[in-house]
Amino acid sequence: MKAYAFDYVRAATLVEALSLLERAGEGGKLIAGGQSLVPALNLRLLAPQILIDIAQLPELRGITSDDTHIHLGAGTRHAELATSALVGQHVPLLQTAIRHVAHAAIRNRGTLGGNLAHADPASELPACMIALEATMLVVGPKGERRIDAIDFFKGLYETALEADDILVRISIARSPAETRVHFNELARRAGDYAMAGLAMVMHGTQPQGLRIRPVFFGIGDRPTLASHAARCLEQAADPMAGLAAAQQALSQDLSPQEDLQADADTRMQLARVLLKRGLTDLLAQGRG
Amino acid sequence: MSGPLSPLDRPNSYIGRTVPRPNLERLVEGRGTYVSDMTLPRMGHVVFVRSPYAHARIVDIDTGAAKQGEGVIAVVTGAELVEQCSPWVGVLSHLKGLKSAPQHAMAVDRACWQGEAVCAVVANSRAQAEDAAELVQVQYQELEPVTDMRTALEPHIPVIHAELGDNLAFERSLDAGEVDKAFSEADAVAEAEFVFGRHTGVTLEARAVLADWNPGERRLTVYQGTQAPHMMQNIFAKHLALEEAQVRVVCKDVGGSFGIKVHVYADEMATAALSKRLKRPVKFVADRIESFVTDIHARDHICKGRIAVKQDGTITAFAIDDLTGIGPYSMYPRTSAIEANQVVNLVGGPYQARNYRARARVVFQNKNVMCQYRAVGHPIACSVTEGLVDLAARAIGMDPLEIRSRNLIKDDAYPTDSPSGLKFESLSHHASLAKLKQMMDYDGLRAEQKRLRRQGIYRGIGLASFIEVTNPSAAFYGVGGARISSQDGVSVRMDATGAIIVQTSLTEQGQGSEALTAQVVASALGVTLDKVRVILGDTDNTPYGGGTWASRGAGIGGEAAWQAGKALRMNILEVAGTILQTVPDMLDIDQGVVVDKGTTRERIGLDEVARIAYFRPDTLPADFQAELLATRHYVPRQYPFAFTNGIQASWLEVDTETGFITLLNHWCVEDCGTIINPQLVDEQIRGGVVQGLGAALFEHCRYDERGQLTNGTMADYLVPMASEMPDIEVGHVVSPTLESELGAKGAGEAGTAGAAACVANAVNDALEPFDVTITEIPLTPSLILNALGRRGG
Ligand SMILES: Cc1cc2nc3c(=O)[nH]c(=O)nc-3n(C[C@H](O)[C@H](O)[C@H](O)COP(=O)(O)OP(=O)(O)OC[C@H]3O[C@@H](n4cnc5c(N)ncnc54)[C@H](O)[C@@H]3O)c2cc1C
Repeated sequence: MKAYAFDYVRAATLVEALSLLERAGEGGKLIAGGQSLVPALNLRLLAPQILIDIAQLPELRGITSDDTHIHLGAGTRHAELATSALVGQHVPLLQTAIRHVAHAAIRNRGTLGGNLAHADPASELPACMIALEATMLVVGPKGERRIDAIDFFKGLYETALEADDILVRISIARSPAETRVHFNELARRAGDYAMAGLAMVMHGTQPQGLRIRPVFFGIGDRPTLASHAARCLEQAADPMAGLAAAQQALSQDLSPQEDLQADADTRMQLARVLLKRGLTDLLAQGRG
Repeated sequence: MSGPLSPLDRPNSYIGRTVPRPNLERLVEGRGTYVSDMTLPRMGHVVFVRSPYAHARIVDIDTGAAKQGEGVIAVVTGAELVEQCSPWVGVLSHLKGLKSAPQHAMAVDRACWQGEAVCAVVANSRAQAEDAAELVQVQYQELEPVTDMRTALEPHIPVIHAELGDNLAFERSLDAGEVDKAFSEADAVAEAEFVFGRHTGVTLEARAVLADWNPGERRLTVYQGTQAPHMMQNIFAKHLALEEAQVRVVCKDVGGSFGIKVHVYADEMATAALSKRLKRPVKFVADRIESFVTDIHARDHICKGRIAVKQDGTITAFAIDDLTGIGPYSMYPRTSAIEANQVVNLVGGPYQARNYRARARVVFQNKNVMCQYRAVGHPIACSVTEGLVDLAARAIGMDPLEIRSRNLIKDDAYPTDSPSGLKFESLSHHASLAKLKQMMDYDGLRAEQKRLRRQGIYRGIGLASFIEVTNPSAAFYGVGGARISSQDGVSVRMDATGAIIVQTSLTEQGQGSEALTAQVVASALGVTLDKVRVILGDTDNTPYGGGTWASRGAGIGGEAAWQAGKALRMNILEVAGTILQTVPDMLDIDQGVVVDKGTTRERIGLDEVARIAYFRPDTLPADFQAELLATRHYVPRQYPFAFTNGIQASWLEVDTETGFITLLNHWCVEDCGTIINPQLVDEQIRGGVVQGLGAALFEHCRYDERGQLTNGTMADYLVPMASEMPDIEVGHVVSPTLESELGAKGAGEAGTAGAAACVANAVNDALEPFDVTITEIPLTPSLILNALGRRGG
């Protein structure tokens, strides 16, 4: 199929992009890497009148770091995340996760901002953002605002972004050396969206006072922090002792959905297995 | 190889050598010509409005608004196009009782599956045609769809074509030997119901056709990605009211076929009819969604099977009851009964058991049409047979390899036949089994399996012996009244510089027909490969013949090329003998030079022979005429099919907590007779295995109960991809067919025939400690978890 006819304009600055977006109103649509948008256009699921290309906006580019945080421009390509030394050093979770995102050709074009704005429930990166407690810098006609990752993802392809907002930058606290991270997903083919996945961060070293953030994706309509399960692990004498209870608690945390890949029961089973394997891995890292 | 020299052991023979394909460089340079690439002056693009319902009456079609669309050339309904194109019925007389209803190029008053075209929009560009197609207003009255093949024959289910009386398209029964006696005297009987998901052959290049009716010469030229140009020439002529001589079918580069492109598609017929109606070129390129709802689907069988075995491992009987749903029409002209028919023919085929009972029923449904796809029927027959053999082995506590070795037809038993009447010239089941055992280190793997099980790692070994139908004679289609040629023709000519031009009726869709033809001709003649150019895929410019399908290219077209090459060598040597005043018998050709036979003593170059023949015939005797063109045709006559055989094995791991399967290794030992190009054969095997593994684990056209395809995109229909594929090790045993000089049998479908069977067997082997048997593919994680009773809840 061919897309409906549309106009196209490449914005040179963030200000210009915002004003183009405002002027276009309902018919305007941002395009970054195009790796989610263009398939939707070709399937005629969307019919924007004008595409505003933000892929080259300088304000959206670059990976930087200060004393406490690492800042990722929304226009950062997946492939750049995969090879950035700063990312590897300070947010290793993201670098592990990115290898599971699509295929090389798509990673060369797809952007972090586009991925988060698209908010596919099976996508790896939104889950990482929640696990890492990232903050999104968003600019709209009324100015800037900061949104915590946990409040950003609202549902199936739904975020806190308004139609005239642009996601500019994502900031993530640098992980201290003792923080352990785990990433795993179950996809039937490498590069596919996950059937079930888990991004998990564990802060602290002593069995008491651990802070654990297991975030599941590909299970419900959005990435989900399994807080009941986390509490079971955190409050147990040692986390492994809390595993069985945590696995049980997942039924409070998650509302698995049925799709072509798996039914709800399968997904719940997979979530429990992922939690067990994730915890085993995190604890093994501490011994290693 | 030792032994006496065969006719193939010619000077500078290319038989048995891996040489680069002549078309490779052109294709990797991006200089292929696919129909999708072609543009003709005044060309229109057609887009079809397709039924969103599986079954619906067409009440009204309002084309008014669409006709006003930008760039629109014409909007034509199914009812209107009847003027240009007559309907067809997909039956063959040798498939007794097969019935079907007339099918039109576009639905006329009733759409019978989701995706059937009801109206065509032709515009200056594809995008404009799509825009206008949205303006076509079709009023449907939805009818009750028939979707479940299990209930399609029940009295309360509507009959799709009332005039046919019921939804049964075809039924075949067979009873050989003493089946009841064998079962009652068996020490153990095992049975299972095998379920095969509907899937399709996803070609890289979608179906594409560009039809150009030229009123000036009253000729229709159709550029088409097809496997059988001469068959299509006949069909276009027949249904567009033309003489065959008025139709030319040109088949340039084709991006994959796998049997998908050997059928008559309604939308392609409509495209040709539109060209005739509009008197201008019209092009249709299926997009991916259209491909999923209109490219033929395959498999979709439910087959109950039983096996009888003695305690010593002797298998005494097989019995099956197969059911398949084929969509609303039997496909034209090869019919949709062939797959079920093959299942009946092939079950039990590798084994000695003489008692066999089978029934197959083919029913209509309101889903996309089904027909022949790579390895037609073989994967079903092989999975059922090999699944049953493993169940029998388990029932008597025997090793799966051992039971096969006790029951496979002995290598010295040929010629022989099967209970279903298949004739086998010479197969090598035991040599193949022995080779496989050694290649995979069977005993070593068994030990490893045992060791790992103690650590909670569940790995399995699966075996699958198979036979494969190749080199079909007229018995396949011709005897049933179809104008589908089983013979092929090849013309070989030497031009004025000694270069060789070959025209063959084979076609090339990526499997290497061009390469094998060049190799065979170069070897037969005694010239180097770079001197040979092959022309194929043009009904105006090649001899008449079948094309490339059913693993027939090397065995049939290859033999015709061999014979034509030999004939031209004789002709050339006659000219050379005349020039050199010696008898042709004393001469030969080596590296493009005429030499004294059996030596490398050069006598005269081919360029010089050609120069004299074409420009100085005055120097030759007055009664001598040089003939530097030779044509030969070939078709097997002694055996209806040249059966090949082999065995495959899979080694895999099942994650019993997640239901995920990891393929670790795959082996295939096969016997396709003479190997012309080892690399081409190995890659045919590997490609075939991959498609079989796709069926085993991933590929599935999933319909809901309303007959809607729910996964018609490449995101939702999972094709096998490189990351999940294991190494595939290929071994060969060589038993040439003695029917032809070349001795080649087919290799195109062997991989697909057995791959899914051995994966399923390996999964059951891995899960043996859990005492579960899974006989359904694709083997999804949910299916495995279900079988293990491990669900989240
Ligand atoms: C075959 C295939 C497989 C894939 N597999 C995966 C996978 O496994 N995991 C995964 O996570 N993704 C996968 N993807 C999607 C891929 O990661 C996309 O690149 C990503 O989802 C979108 O990023 P993009 O830059 O291409 O955005 P685009 O496609 O350009 O845009 C996507 C949406 O985001 C909006 N948008 C883009 N940038 C901004 C911004 N800065 N501010 C506000 N809105 C914005 C656009 O308007 C649009 O609505 C796959 C894609 C393909 C084609």
